[in-house]
Amino acid sequence: MGTQHAHPNPDAHGHDDHGGSHGSMREYVVGFLLSVVLTAIPFWLVMTGAIPDKQTTALVIMAFAIVQIVVHMIYFLHMNTKSENGWTVMALIFTIVIVVIALSGSLWVMYHLNHNMMPMSHDMDMRQVP
Amino acid sequence: MTATTINSVHDLSQPQLQATFYDLNEHDHPEGGSTMLGFWIYLMSDCLIFAMLFAAYGVLGGSFAAGPGPKDLFELPLVALNTAMLLFSSITYGFAMLAMEKGGKGAVQLWLLVTAVFGIAFLSIEMYEFYHLIHEGATPMRSGFLTAFFSLVGTHGLHVTFGLVWLFTLVVQVGTKGLIPANKRRLMCLSLFWHFLDVVWIGVFTFVYLMGML
Repeated sequence: MGTQHAHPNPDAHGHDDHGGSHGSMREYVVGFLLSVVLTAIPFWLVMTGAIPDKQTTALVIMAFAIVQIVVHMIYFLHMNTKSENGWTVMALIFTIVIVVIALSGSLWVMYHLNHNMMPMSHDMDMRQVP
Repeated sequence: MTATTINSVHDLSQPQLQATFYDLNEHDHPEGGSTMLGFWIYLMSDCLIFAMLFAAYGVLGGSFAAGPGPKDLFELPLVALNTAMLLFSSITYGFAMLAMEKGGKGAVQLWLLVTAVFGIAFLSIEMYEFYHLIHEGATPMRSGFLTAFFSLVGTHGLHVTFGLVWLFTLVVQVGTKGLIPANKRRLMCLSLFWHFLDVVWIGVFTFVYLMGML
């Protein structure tokens, strides 16, 4: 009720809204250039096989992907801890927790399932027979 | 967004009255005040859908059933081109948002259309890729790997398709009604949606295409 009479609010909202979450030309260009670099390097690594070890290459391109996702979050999605009183960040953290649990859990469980149920590979061979 | 504004004004003047916030929300809230947060939560739920598809791909990605594997099927130059299209469309959408801030109705429409061109290019390249795969017999029915691949990449493509439908709708809306607050809100939601799809694509090209080719 306190601010109900405060007339500027609904108006201010319209502008604040937009000013707050858009960023500037500089922000978009920086984000874009960073993304180009962060995309080009992993493609280059895989296409030229610059790092002979596959495991290392996989880890490096994953690291690039994570950095690029963060870059997009900051420069394009304009994430910050203040928007919506921090609720967007809360929702994001909650989602990341669920995603990590679901992804790592699925991969872990299924890996062990495959590992412990060796007949699987038998079936695969059988399928090739006809 | 409004919620933030009201609350922060509140915080400055009378922090102890914060509890009245909910009341305010019900009575004096301008239309669409909580849309942005709601849309963000929708995106997070969409994120979970993609996470499940990634998990399925992670589990099934090695089940070729004696069929073709990533190395037989994927063409990285094509994927690089596709990635470039989506990245270009992201920055052009950013320019549309900047134009919106300046109030240039025509500029907004122009940048939206440029974004649409890149979006359509992305989809066309993806369709071309899918067509080729299916033509070579690498259909979703062929193996677990291909089922997971088509589900993941296809779902992303469907999102882009619906994003384009939304985008064209907004071009018309902005044309007929101008940059009214409702349209600005819609443009901001689509902005989040479009950039979010680009984020998902980072995961796709890294985990599916690049790691498949290793």
